[in-house]
Amino acid sequence: MDAINFPVLSLIIFIPIIAGVLMLFLPKDQKDLVRGLAIGAAAAVFLLSLFVYLNYNARVDQIAQQQANTLTMAGRGAELAAFNLENYAPELVQATGTVSGGSLTSTQMYKDGMVFEEYVPWLPQLGIAYHVGVDGLSIPMVLLTGMVAVAGVLVSWRIEDRTREFMAFFMLLVAGVYGVFLAQDVFMLFFFYELAIFPMYLLIATWGWVQLREYAAMKLTLYILIGSVIALVGVIAMLFVASDFYQNAGAGVFEAAKAANILRADTPTFNFNLTSIMLAAENGAFNVAGYAGNDALTFAKFWFPFIFMGFAVLAGVFPFHNWSPDGHVAAPTAVSMIHAGVLMKLGAYAALRMGVQLLPDGAAVHLPWIVFLTLINVVYGAFIAFRQRDFKYVIGFSSVSHMGLVSMGFATMNLTGMAGAGLQMFSHGAMTALFFGCVGMVYDRAHTRDIPSLGGFIKVMPWVGLAFIVGGLTSMGMPGLSGFIAEFPIFAGMWRASETITLNIGAFSLSNYYSVMVVIASLGIVITAAYVLRVTSQVFFGDFDREKFPDVDDITPRERFVLLFLGTPLVLLGMLPSIMAPMLEVGLRPVLAILGGGA
Amino acid sequence: MDFNVWQSLPVVAPEIGLTIMAIVVLALDLSLPESKRRNLALVTGVGLLATALLYLLFWFPTATVPDASSGFAFGVQEGLYWGGMVRHDSLAQIFKVIVLIAGGLTALMSIDVKGIGRKGEFYLILIVSTLGASLMAGASDLIMVFLALETTTIPLYILAAFKREDGRSSESGMKYFLFGSFASGLLLYGLSLLYGFTGQTSFTGISAYLGSAAFNFNAVPVLGSLTLIIVGFGFKISAAPFHFWTPDVYEGAPTPVTAFLSVASKAASFALMVRFLLGVFPQTLVINGQEIQGFWVNLASVLAIISMTLGNLVALGQKNIKRLLAYSSIAQAGYTLIGVAALQAHSDTSIAAIAFYMFMYTFTNLLAFAVIILFSEATGSEKITDLAGLSRRNPMLALAMTIALLSLGGVPPAAGFIGKFFLFQSAVEANLIGLAMIGVLNSIVALYYYLVVIKIMYVDRSEDEDKPIPVSRPYVWVLAVTVLAVILLGTVLVSPIFDWAVRGAAGLFA
Repeated sequence: MDAINFPVLSLIIFIPIIAGVLMLFLPKDQKDLVRGLAIGAAAAVFLLSLFVYLNYNARVDQIAQQQANTLTMAGRGAELAAFNLENYAPELVQATGTVSGGSLTSTQMYKDGMVFEEYVPWLPQLGIAYHVGVDGLSIPMVLLTGMVAVAGVLVSWRIEDRTREFMAFFMLLVAGVYGVFLAQDVFMLFFFYELAIFPMYLLIATWGWVQLREYAAMKLTLYILIGSVIALVGVIAMLFVASDFYQNAGAGVFEAAKAANILRADTPTFNFNLTSIMLAAENGAFNVAGYAGNDALTFAKFWFPFIFMGFAVLAGVFPFHNWSPDGHVAAPTAVSMIHAGVLMKLGAYAALRMGVQLLPDGAAVHLPWIVFLTLINVVYGAFIAFRQRDFKYVIGFSSVSHMGLVSMGFATMNLTGMAGAGLQMFSHGAMTALFFGCVGMVYDRAHTRDIPSLGGFIKVMPWVGLAFIVGGLTSMGMPGLSGFIAEFPIFAGMWRASETITLNIGAFSLSNYYSVMVVIASLGIVITAAYVLRVTSQVFFGDFDREKFPDVDDITPRERFVLLFLGTPLVLLGMLPSIMAPMLEVGLRPVLAILGGGA
Repeated sequence: MDFNVWQSLPVVAPEIGLTIMAIVVLALDLSLPESKRRNLALVTGVGLLATALLYLLFWFPTATVPDASSGFAFGVQEGLYWGGMVRHDSLAQIFKVIVLIAGGLTALMSIDVKGIGRKGEFYLILIVSTLGASLMAGASDLIMVFLALETTTIPLYILAAFKREDGRSSESGMKYFLFGSFASGLLLYGLSLLYGFTGQTSFTGISAYLGSAAFNFNAVPVLGSLTLIIVGFGFKISAAPFHFWTPDVYEGAPTPVTAFLSVASKAASFALMVRFLLGVFPQTLVINGQEIQGFWVNLASVLAIISMTLGNLVALGQKNIKRLLAYSSIAQAGYTLIGVAALQAHSDTSIAAIAFYMFMYTFTNLLAFAVIILFSEATGSEKITDLAGLSRRNPMLALAMTIALLSLGGVPPAAGFIGKFFLFQSAVEANLIGLAMIGVLNSIVALYYYLVVIKIMYVDRSEDEDKPIPVSRPYVWVLAVTVLAVILLGTVLVSPIFDWAVRGAAGLFA
């Protein structure tokens, strides 16, 4: 296959931005034009995302093939000529990846899995570049963002109050989210991360649910930003350590990486390139004892909690989950969808990228206790969801519970669990967007979200009822739907991890406790089943009271399309996990390699 | 020090331009009929901006003597001129451009302000103040420091009290005068002590003498005079705890004056402060075994922490938008002082960070004040709650204000994000991680009150929603230029401006 030479990823980021800016200059009353522009832009980025998704495997194979060829020509590894994604072999990388005084293995794997790269120097003096690319971890997220963007525009079709501003901010939000998933430069990652937060604030505060919106929007913004700025300081400190390393002990590795084409030849030692920092991490730059004058402390051990938790705030990890249900409930439907569906994954994704991938030794020390927090998420979140009377709060807390599973998957630090976490990110994203879509459609017509006063809605809105049931079954992990293939590996990974992970706090040492946690966590699934069934029976079944809800009618074809659009991947992924799992594996191998666990 | 007037003249090209401008404005003031007096603002504004542009194009600093063999040579060699009074380098260039732009945009946004827009003397005094600020950027001699400082500040006293019939304006002018002259007194005392110790007035001369064997016995008096001088600068940049004049003066002064005061005077003072501290008390200076740099670095850190925390916390409770921006400006001085503290790493990036921050802060603050001028001229109110419904009354104005506030709060893509990023990065580089942490947490507190203002503009309803706010042509241009500058400085223009700022830094570590 020929290389596609147009900058796909940049288009994905800039189409929404341009569309958003254009909208602001349209006349105030041209609402249909604004909507048209919005759906056009959203559809365009979705199609481009799909294109990237579908071409990912071929691209990686191509790169792998090239590598195999190079090796063959160099007289090594002739047996590796039949080289493809399924047996994307770490041994091959091993063959190229060892240099004197250090190792390139993980970084090489990471670099090999990254395609559609674009690189434009932005602030070369400080080693900052506009550098985008996708790897196995980000690619499902990119597709998810495109889906939710389209669905979000469609469900917001009937917003009449300042449509122009709403759509423009929504587009900016989409661009910011894309930017984070695509950034291969730490600075760019922060840039887009913060870029996404502000439109979120305005969207919730201006178009949200009147009773809660100002409080919830502010709470959400401050929580997320405090987390991210603390992480920012840590990351800057990390860069100086890496730069110091490359100027002294790591000079050989740095040159070798340039020679192996992992880093560009003009990379300065102080740079913001994710790959370069990963290389420093791989070679132990952050593990030098004696950080901050304390013999027992290393950079990684000290900063991991700040950086990981700084981002995990957005993933809703206990005890920093508090902003999330309020934020979801207060937000207009489209924003709830993108927020719970995509933005929370942004936190998890960034925590994995910046925390686990760059500070693996910190992860090995700290994740064994962070797993307790995620357990609280899973069980406590589900309990609280069960207790809610407000339809939207149920979904809000269910997100807290499900995102806990994602973080729990990270904490397993093995392929099974982390792949499960990756699948869960996608599955939960589509599922929760579907849920919020359903809630929004019910609320728009019934004007109440009080569960006991609703009832029998499946009779007037059969599509919504059906979609909610599909989402609900996914949520409780029914086999055949994506929830099962996401949650099952997480639990399996926990069992596996139980044998290897020990928690050490001072003289206290705890081992084999992951297995106990799985048992407790599975309780969360039971409660999930309970609240899903409760909501389904109370809202959708029973008698429909026409006098109470005189305006309730069936949904429009546009809304049906939204439900279909978000529901299909749940089923598809549940039936054919192989459309996504191998990619995640390619994305996770380097992370696992740097964690030292291998595959 | 040799003194060649002919060679020295190009160095003060902007100041010569400003003097000519002052005379032109004076003449126009006498000759223009009432109907055409709006042109005063246009002439001043465009004139100042043109001066900045010409200065950039023709009198930029060069490393060597420009080659004049092919006729006229562009550029002037870096170095000391006017007998060591002023230094010509990229740092001076950046800050001169900043104050010229600030003066020009201020003039343009005064055009329709009642009571000052059509008064020639307003523009005249504004130009003189700009001239002083421009001299401050290059001053490298104690005499010049004081002269430039007073040339900047005394016109500002007058400008602050310019609306004579308005009690608040007079109060503001008086307060500014009392506090300002007290600060000048302290500063002058510190400077005179330094002269007394060394018998020198030039920065390099003082530094050399302090470091020599002749003065190697006692650091305490030197630290005393340094403290006095920093306190003096602290007043000028409105750093806490020397900020007490700021809110009252900002609130009472006519809004264009507040805008000018908040950027030009502050930027020039920072330029002077950096040049003075690095020139007189460099890293290498050791008196009696004591490193002087550590002292002022710690002092700057303390001032930074107090200013950021106090400014941001007090800003939370403000009801008047100008007072809010006054406390925000105290906090911004605190952030910038992080850069001053980070000078201990002896790295170009910290100076570049300060220069970049001031550059983007100028546009940002002018943008915010331009919106406030338009709003208060149309409604007569400066209360934050009265901004309610602005996004319905004039969506573009609301958007412009939003961009300004986001830039102040440090949210991308506005320039404030990258400005703060540079400052925090330089702090981390100087191993001041604690200071950087306090800085980032403060920026979150600040974001809260900026977001509240944005929320009021977008969410809250008001009874006047159907009354649009008119924006006349010069304001459209000011808004367009500043909005574009804020966005571009946060995105594509970062690299060239940062380069420029780094070049400016290089001269100081010679």
